[in-house]
Amino acid sequence: MSIYAIIFYLLGAVIVAATALAITRRNLMHAIVYLVLSFIGTALLFFLLGAPFLAVLEVVIYAGAIMVLFLFIVMMLEIKPEERTLGPWLRQWAPALALSGICLMIMVGFLFLNAGGPGPLLLVTASPLAFGRFLFQKYWLGVEIASFLLFVALVGALYLGRDNSTTGG
Amino acid sequence: MSLWVAGIIILIVKLLLVLVALLLFAAYLIYVERRLLGFFQLRLGPNRAGPWGLLQPIADAVKLLTKEDLSPTGADRVIFLYAPVVVAAAAILIFAVVPFAPGWTFRGQPIPGVITDLNVGLLYVYALSSLAVYSVALGGWSSNSKYSLLGAIRGAAQMISYELSLGLSLVPIVMMAKSFSLVDIVNAQARCPFILLQPVACIIFFISSVAEMKRIPFDIPEAEHELIAGYHTEYSGMRFGLFFLGEYVTMVTLGALVAVFFLGGWRGPWLPPLLWFLIKVAAVSFVIIWIRGTLGRLRYDQLMHLGWKLLVPVALINIIVTGGVMLAWGYKV
Repeated sequence: MSIYAIIFYLLGAVIVAATALAITRRNLMHAIVYLVLSFIGTALLFFLLGAPFLAVLEVVIYAGAIMVLFLFIVMMLEIKPEERTLGPWLRQWAPALALSGICLMIMVGFLFLNAGGPGPLLLVTASPLAFGRFLFQKYWLGVEIASFLLFVALVGALYLGRDNSTTGG
Repeated sequence: MSLWVAGIIILIVKLLLVLVALLLFAAYLIYVERRLLGFFQLRLGPNRAGPWGLLQPIADAVKLLTKEDLSPTGADRVIFLYAPVVVAAAAILIFAVVPFAPGWTFRGQPIPGVITDLNVGLLYVYALSSLAVYSVALGGWSSNSKYSLLGAIRGAAQMISYELSLGLSLVPIVMMAKSFSLVDIVNAQARCPFILLQPVACIIFFISSVAEMKRIPFDIPEAEHELIAGYHTEYSGMRFGLFFLGEYVTMVTLGALVAVFFLGGWRGPWLPPLLWFLIKVAAVSFVIIWIRGTLGRLRYDQLMHLGWKLLVPVALINIIVTGGVMLAWGYKV
């Protein structure tokens, strides 16, 4: 086993453990901290697989911005852990279980299709410049659609958060 | 094999030297700040420990290390104990990508003047500075105290707001240097430091970083007369010391980043590069202390207005103008 493989399995174990803890903690603050750990682990995994740009974006956007907003809201609202009851429990878990089942099936399918194919990934690094060119030349339409969606969401948030007393509405 | 071992030894020696230099610089920055604030306010400042009070940082460190390590009742113990570590670690880790010299050669082997030249160095700086929010938010929340909680909420809101203009102000720099690497950014300033080409970006970056550090005039999260000390009210001993250390290491790092992004890094005439780098870092730190000695504290609404309604739009316009000028001058990727 090369040193990269050892790091890979260590990181994988950390990510799985942190994610498992994140979805089982009753205390929301602890769940958020474990999720942040899991994001940082994922970022390191990206880095190991030769995508430093994605790795850093993972930390900046998910760990540094989105989870901070979660933290902020939990701090302001002080949500108490809920009682365990069967009805909502099933309703919450059924879609999650169905989705993860589908993902698992697809992944196993890929593994079978690719059995005997190239095993470990090549040791290459995508430079930010190459990544940017590839993204904006090949997938410019996807980028534009995503940015348009975000823009619509921004306008929607502005509309919902508007102070209605001044407009008389 | 011997080359490989030598490489590791050189790396470890370099890491130790940079770490010790960084911590010493930060410790003496506290002393310099207290002395300078004293002079600004027509008093002497600390001058008892050693000649001119030069041993004061060591005395402070010994005092903090030997104090009792308290944690309040009702506190979330684990988060409370580890929150201060995050801020100090993030501040120290940022320095890993800062180039402090052009590099040397040792027996024909080049030794770069930087710990690691990441090709996403600038984003790495941004990522780590955004992680520092966690120590403020979690430290304040876990203390189980109203002052701390209010300080933490203010701190988190302020840091999220100013991260945006911090990131946007650096986009023109990346466009002009054509790279995220801090070494490339310094090399792109061989002819002209970026402060002359991008004065607006420099001002926005400086203001946003002072706000990220939560120093006067942006110290609302720890406003003494309302919140005692904000998010670190309940901390004592070396855990308080870690918050303090993190703040001053961040100040050194900010000085280094302003030097790298806008003042040409280690470049300069006559003097050796390392000395130029230290002079620039010290100069930026001096300006930050000077501001603390001069200005008052902003109100909360003024803080948010400045961030969202002035700095972010100006940074966006700066990006567009820079892009337009570069296109007009026939820019090729």
